[in-house]
Amino acid sequence: MRHLLLSLLLLAASPVWAQDLANVLDTHRDQISKPSRQTIAPVIAALATAGPSAGPVLEAWEDRRLGLAGERFAIIEGDTAIDAVTGVPVKGEVKALRPNSGVRGLIAAALVQFQLTDPDPARRRAALAAIAREPDESHLQALREAAAETDPVLAARRARLERLLTIRFDPDTQARLDAIDGFGGDTGADFQAVLNPLLTTNRIAATTLPEGANLAAELEPGSDTLPRAEAYRLLVDAGLAEARPSDADIKAALAGNIQNGGVGGVPIGQLTDPDRRDAAYATLVAEGKVAPAASADQVTAALEAHQFADLYVEPEPKITDAARAALRGMATREGTLQAADLALDALSLASIYFLAAIGLAITFGVMGVINMAHGEFIMMGAYTGYVVQTLISDRTVSLVVALPAAFAVTFLAGVLLYQLVIKHLAKRPLETLLATFGVSIALQQIAKNIFGTQARPLTAPAWLEGSVSFGGDVSISSIRVAIFVLALLFLGLFLIVMNRTRLGLQVRAVTQNPGMAASMGINPDRVAMMTFGLGSGIAGIAGVAIGLFAKVTSELGSDYIVQSFMTVVVGGVGNIWGTLAGAALIGGLQKGIEVLNPANTLAAQTYMILFIIIFIQFRPRGIMPQKGRAAEA
Amino acid sequence: MFIRKNPSVLAFLAILAIFTLTVTVMSEAGGTGAIPTSMVKTLGKTLCLALAALAMDLVWGYAGILSLGHMAFFALGGYMIGQWLMYARTGEIVTATLMNAQIPPTATEIRDGIAGQIFGVVGSAELPLTWAFAGSLPMQLLLVLAVPGIFAFLFGWLAFRSRVNGVYLSILTQAMTLALALWLYQNDSGFRGNNGLSGLQNIPGLTHVSQADISVWFLWASAAALALCYVLAAWLVSGKFGSVIRAIRDDESRVRFLGYSVEAYKMTVFTLSAMICAIAGALYYPQAGIINPAELAPIASIYLAVWVAIGGRGRLYGAVIGAVVVSLLSSWFTGGRAPDLNLGFYTVNWVDWWQVLLGLAFVCVTLFAPRGLSSIIDALAGLRPPMRRGKDLGPDLGALRESEAEA
Repeated sequence: MRHLLLSLLLLAASPVWAQDLANVLDTHRDQISKPSRQTIAPVIAALATAGPSAGPVLEAWEDRRLGLAGERFAIIEGDTAIDAVTGVPVKGEVKALRPNSGVRGLIAAALVQFQLTDPDPARRRAALAAIAREPDESHLQALREAAAETDPVLAARRARLERLLTIRFDPDTQARLDAIDGFGGDTGADFQAVLNPLLTTNRIAATTLPEGANLAAELEPGSDTLPRAEAYRLLVDAGLAEARPSDADIKAALAGNIQNGGVGGVPIGQLTDPDRRDAAYATLVAEGKVAPAASADQVTAALEAHQFADLYVEPEPKITDAARAALRGMATREGTLQAADLALDALSLASIYFLAAIGLAITFGVMGVINMAHGEFIMMGAYTGYVVQTLISDRTVSLVVALPAAFAVTFLAGVLLYQLVIKHLAKRPLETLLATFGVSIALQQIAKNIFGTQARPLTAPAWLEGSVSFGGDVSISSIRVAIFVLALLFLGLFLIVMNRTRLGLQVRAVTQNPGMAASMGINPDRVAMMTFGLGSGIAGIAGVAIGLFAKVTSELGSDYIVQSFMTVVVGGVGNIWGTLAGAALIGGLQKGIEVLNPANTLAAQTYMILFIIIFIQFRPRGIMPQKGRAAEA
Repeated sequence: MFIRKNPSVLAFLAILAIFTLTVTVMSEAGGTGAIPTSMVKTLGKTLCLALAALAMDLVWGYAGILSLGHMAFFALGGYMIGQWLMYARTGEIVTATLMNAQIPPTATEIRDGIAGQIFGVVGSAELPLTWAFAGSLPMQLLLVLAVPGIFAFLFGWLAFRSRVNGVYLSILTQAMTLALALWLYQNDSGFRGNNGLSGLQNIPGLTHVSQADISVWFLWASAAALALCYVLAAWLVSGKFGSVIRAIRDDESRVRFLGYSVEAYKMTVFTLSAMICAIAGALYYPQAGIINPAELAPIASIYLAVWVAIGGRGRLYGAVIGAVVVSLLSSWFTGGRAPDLNLGFYTVNWVDWWQVLLGLAFVCVTLFAPRGLSSIIDALAGLRPPMRRGKDLGPDLGALRESEAEA
């Protein structure tokens, strides 16, 4: 119905063209009614230039809705029909025309220019989408010649499409180069889809490479890109060498010709030698029993005598160079985006390590003691979170309760461990390390006995489940943001406790010189106990945080403990900034190496640990070592 | 002379000989069959673990280096011998199969066949460079010593030269074994990833010998290795070398100021003990039958330290006793053979609670009985710790405590 109104409108506006259309239809009536793909092109061209009212006619023709009512052409609209030129309803029978698919393809191409200038933006958009879907050489012409686009969005889209088609179909090299340059820093998939085919190559083998060919790479047989067998197959396919059956084929041929305990005069026992096999096969060839084949030496000679190369299908080197450069630029820009994504990942990993290591660093700094059960305190915190969640169903409330509860539980456990074990092993850090390891295996097994071996869920509240995105391409899950915030919070809290409270003052005094601190009236034992409790408590909170994105199992702690040790060792003891630097270094390093070899996180960890071992060579006391007399204590 | 100064060596060798003979007589292979073959294998493996503990005692008990990565050397030794066992055994099978075909195989075909068999599981058919010598037993035996030895030497050179010690060194050794384990876990590292090497109990060329016989042979080999290494270790620690490394353990700075090259001594002990560990591993894994990267997990090395501590460090027999007692108890408890303990309100199932008991027992040993099980022997021999009024033997972290020391 819309087309009807449209054509009526056009008719009223431009009677001259209507006359023209009628002329064209009259002149070519026979060809239009019985079109053939070979001869119809000029007719379609004539119709296409017959003014705007030819559009509906062409469209109807393509849709098989154009018919003949006697001598006049008519457009069929459902049950009724109108005259193709005048738009007057036609009475009587209309015989529909049935152009074949080849002809319809040509009509569709010609139609594009009408659709591009259609007053309805939706139709213009659809036309552009159709061109983008199946671009054709003729579309380029249509895009260039269509009247100016008024809608700015569609105008941009059309200009882009025009340039894409220019790259593909324009015969003029300079125009194509300009079009490629015109895209500048674009990374669109459509642009890539146009560039990639430009770089398709054919692999050829020849005595000498053709002059002036657009060479992508010359290949050496036996290299990774061109194995010898593949190279020889190329030669055989090009008719430059005689086929050589595979070793297995030769073996089968030999097996099929065993006579009197030998093949071709060679005893079977000698066939363990490849040269004897060739000799036997040669004899069989001479006897005419098998097809002749090149010997291993001939294969080598043939491979040496010929050259192998990848040639671009695109003959113009300037174009392939520009396409390569554009793709390279694209890769660089995508790399930058990935790097930003990666930096965020590394940051969140670093905050996890920081949270896990901060408690360890405190105890190590104050007492010089490595608590191997630290990982199990993390696990206890996570299980506390799980238990709280089973008691309180509201996720947000349970999380709010779980954090202090985890702190309390692990604080008590830490104090208990200090009073029962660590206090009695003062100044024996290695024994403490082993004793706390004993505690660690006991705690792990107890957790296994209580909660079972299967993973327990610790679900984050709904408001932590989405993700935060920066500029569309880079995004990070909310939980990781929360952990980052938590790490910052603890950094701040730690700084306040250490620098603004009495306990902090005492801790610093004991760290620097326990003997002097004791003589000033500080009870080093109490301070050590409090720090140990504090460090363990933070481990518990870290456990809740880790449990939110990892499954809670009895091995949760041991997954993080070695990284936590590394963080402390790399960062240096007695300095929170050192721990921060250590966590950042280890988190960043791990993610960084993962990028170089994304399929292999195991390799990333291996190289990270190797790096740390080397790093310790140069900074045996970490990034920020203790200075002054305290360092020797 | 050496024996007269160290009567414990003779006693140890005698006990080891009696033990080996008794097991042989009671084995299925040549005796009454009272001890099943699997038990003989367990005992043989236990002797290997004792050998590893002996090596650990050398570095920790005598030189004061708490290495938490010694099982890496043990496993490396196992991997090196495993390469030959697997290659040669697969070679036998592949050759036998190919010989049945009408045309005898070429050397390349056999090699490709072996590679396909071994590396099919990790989706490769190429023999990696690390397997270049896998076909030769003498080369692989050499590598059993050379690879862990060079590895330990390099690590020691890096760590000791930059004066990394104490807790830092322990963490670093732990990192080393973790790194190695993670590397071996990769499929493309050339050691079959997490599949590890398997079928090691089938000794190439000995297919006609029953496992019962082989288990006794390995028991003897393990006992011989333990005896030889024990004598070597006892001889080392009884001489001047032993005095120097004990002095390094107790007060490293003083030894350095006296003009000794502390690093050279530490490196020697570390490398030597790594090689002893490797020998133990090379004897252990053919009895275990399979080796995979899980064997290098940091926890395995910590257990080694636990055995030495429970046995009593700084005494060679202590390490052996600790390893034998704890590992046998472990397999008894975790094997489900220990009877459940009914407390009335709760039944303690030892499979679940053994780890807890071990952990707590270990804490108690560290706290209350630093000499561990050796204190029993000391009591029998009438040895008492020296009176040092609560002072340790030296200021260093690895120094023996007063209550640990021998008079």
